[in-house]
Amino acid sequence: MSDDRIQLPSYLDHVPEVLEYFAEIDQRKVVLSIEHLCREFDSPDSPNGKLVALSDINFEVRRNEFISVIGPSGCGKSTLIRVVAGLEEPSGGIVAVDGVPVTGPGADRGMVFQNYTLFPWLTVRKNVLFGPKMKGLRDDKAMKAADEWLKLVGLTDFAELYPAQLSGGMKQRVAIARALANDPRILLMDEPFGALDAQTRASMQAHLLRIWAAAGVTVLFITHDLDEAIYLSDRIVVLGARPGRILEVIEVPVARPRSPEQFLSGHFLATKKRLEELIHRRENTPNSGGSMHD
Amino acid sequence: MTSQSETSRRTALPSEPLARMLGVRKPLDAQARFWIGVLAFALPFLSWCAISYVPFIWHPQILVEDAGDSKIPGQNNYIAVGDRVDLDVVISRNRDLDAVHARRVTGQRVNPIYLQSPHAVARAMYTAFTTAPERDGDAWLHESLLQSCKVIFWGFFWSAVFGLPLGVLCGTFPFFARLFEPFIDFVRYMPAPVFGALALTVLGLNDAPKITIIFIGTFFQMVLIVSNTTRSVEVSLLQAAQTLGASKRQLVWNVVVPGAVPGLYRDMRILLGWAWTYLVVAELIGEKSGLSAWLYQQQRYRHFDNVYAAIVIIGLVGLITDQFLAVAGRYLFPWETGQTKLVRVIRAMRRALPQRARLAGT
Ligand SMILES: Nc1ncnc2c1ncn2[C@@H]1O[C@H](COP(=O)(O)OP(=O)(O)O)[C@@H](O)[C@H]1O
Ligand SMILES: [Mg+2]
Repeated sequence: MSDDRIQLPSYLDHVPEVLEYFAEIDQRKVVLSIEHLCREFDSPDSPNGKLVALSDINFEVRRNEFISVIGPSGCGKSTLIRVVAGLEEPSGGIVAVDGVPVTGPGADRGMVFQNYTLFPWLTVRKNVLFGPKMKGLRDDKAMKAADEWLKLVGLTDFAELYPAQLSGGMKQRVAIARALANDPRILLMDEPFGALDAQTRASMQAHLLRIWAAAGVTVLFITHDLDEAIYLSDRIVVLGARPGRILEVIEVPVARPRSPEQFLSGHFLATKKRLEELIHRRENTPNSGGSMHD
Repeated sequence: MTSQSETSRRTALPSEPLARMLGVRKPLDAQARFWIGVLAFALPFLSWCAISYVPFIWHPQILVEDAGDSKIPGQNNYIAVGDRVDLDVVISRNRDLDAVHARRVTGQRVNPIYLQSPHAVARAMYTAFTTAPERDGDAWLHESLLQSCKVIFWGFFWSAVFGLPLGVLCGTFPFFARLFEPFIDFVRYMPAPVFGALALTVLGLNDAPKITIIFIGTFFQMVLIVSNTTRSVEVSLLQAAQTLGASKRQLVWNVVVPGAVPGLYRDMRILLGWAWTYLVVAELIGEKSGLSAWLYQQQRYRHFDNVYAAIVIIGLVGLITDQFLAVAGRYLFPWETGQTKLVRVIRAMRRALPQRARLAGT
C-alpha cells in the first residue's frame, strides 16, 4: 500500500498566492490577543488536586481572520473559548480584545454554542433582535438590520416562526445571525455544527464561509473535525491534552476562495496528514479519550 | 435499516389497531385520543349504571312493599313497608312465614341508601340548586359553592402574590435560595390544619382563618416548586444572553422570567388543585361554611343524592377550570405548541390544495 502512495507537498510549502494572503493578514490590526493564559480546575481525582485544562496559551487573532482551534476531546477547547467569552475566569494570563483586558461577558464577543441556545419564547426575528434590544435599540432601523441578517443567513421566510419549528441547521443560522446582529468585534463558535448530520454540516460550512466573507467578521472557531478546520480556516491552532497546550499553529496552505473540490488537493491532504499526526499521537495516550460531549 | 422500514410498514397496517394504540410512548392519533378520552368517563359511568340498574348486580337489600303477615311472631317481625332490609333477613323471615303458610314479605331488590343511582343524582343536581335549605338561615347550594370558590380564590391569590416572586427570587439568586428555602422546607412538613386553632384565635370566626389555612397549605409548597421551575431555565440561555450584552437586570426580566413562565403556569394549575384539597379542612374549622358545611348537613339528613351531586359539581368545577387554563395556556405560550398564526395558515393552505398538487410540491 505504501508503494503507490501519492507524493504530497509539505504543508509548510505555500504557493505565492497564499504567501501574499498571509503577508496581508499580518498587516492587519490584532483584535484578540491571548497571553500566557492558564486555567486550572479543582479536581479531587488528580494527585495534586488540580486539573490543568489550559497551560500557557499564547496567540493572536487579526481582523477578519478565520482561526480554528482543534484538538482531542477534553483538551480544553471549550474552556479556552469560554474564557475568551468571559464566561469563565482565567487562572492566569491575559485575554484582551482590541488591547482591553476581558473581565466578563460582553456584546463585543458574540458566541454561538453547540447546543442551540435560541430563546424558545421569541420568534426568529426577535431572537436576532435580542442583542440590539439589550442595547436599547428598538426602532425601525434595528428591525431592518435584523431582516438584513436574516436575509444573509437565508431565513427571511422563517422570521415569524419559533425556534422549535426549525431544523438544527436553521437554528444555528439564526444563532449566527443573532450574534452578528450585535456587530461583535469577534465571533466565537464552539463546535457549532457538532450536533448536525454530515450533509447539513457541509452546507452550513458553505453558509459560514459566505457569511464570513460578506459580513467581514473575525472568527474564532472550535471544532474536532479536521476537514472542517482546514476547509474554513486561515490558521489552525492545534491543542494537545493534559495539560491543554498549543502543539502547533498551522497556516493553511489552501488558497481562497475555498470550494469542496479542494478536499482532495495536495495542500489540503498534506495539512490533514499533519493534523492527524499531531492529534492522534496524543489521542492514543491512555488518559485521554472520553466522550465528545462536554 | 431494513428492520426500520419493516416496522414502519407493519405499523401502517390497519389490521393491528390495538397493537398500534398500545405502543410504548407512542403518541395516539387524534381520533383515538378523543374516543379513549370519552371512554375514561364512560367506563366509570357505565359501571355505576350497571350496579344501579341491573337488578342482579349487587342490590343487597329489599325495599319492602308488603311486610307480610306481621302478626306471626318471629325474630324479624319488625319488618315494615318502606324499610330497606338486608336480603338474608328477608329470606329468614319468609322461611318463618312459609312455615305457617302466612303471607310472605315482598319487595324490590335495591342498593343501600348511600349508593344513589345516576338519575337520582342527576335530578339532585338540579333540585339541590332549587330547593331551599331544610333549616332557615342555612345556605343554598349555590351560595355554598360560591362561598367555597371565594375562599379558594383568596387563599390561592395571596399565596401566589407572595409565593411567585419569592420563588422566582430563590430560583434566580442562590443567595436567596439559601436564605429562605431551608426554613420553608421545615415549615412545609407541618400539616396546614394544625394551624387551624391558631388561625381561629388570631383571626376570629369569619373567612380569614379559612383563607389562611389555604394560604398556609399552598404558599410554602409554591415557593419551593416555583424556585425549582425557575432554576430549570437552562444556564446556557443565560450565558447566550450575557454574550449578547444582557445586564443582570435584563437577564432576570428577559431570560429567567420568560423562560420559566410556561412551567410556572403549569405549576399554578397543579397547586390550584391542591388548594381544593385543603378546602374541606379549612371550611370545617370554627364556624362550618361553604360546600363542606352544606355536605355535612345533607349527610345528616341522609340526602345522599345531594351529597353525590355536590361531589360531582366540585369535580366539574375543578375539571372545567383546569381545562380552561390548559386551553388558555396553549394560546398564551404559542412557542410551546407551535401554534403560530403563520403555521395555521400554512396548514390550512396545504389542506386546501388538491392532492396531486400537494404531491408535486413535496
Ligand atoms: N467546570 C469544570 N470543572 C472541572 N473540570 C472542568 C470544568 N470544565 C471543564 N473541565 C475539565 O477541563 C478539561 C477540558 O474541558 P473542555 O474545555 O470542555 O474540553 P473540550 O471542549 O476540548 O472537549 C476536561 O478535562 C474537563 O473535564
Ligand atoms: Mg467542548
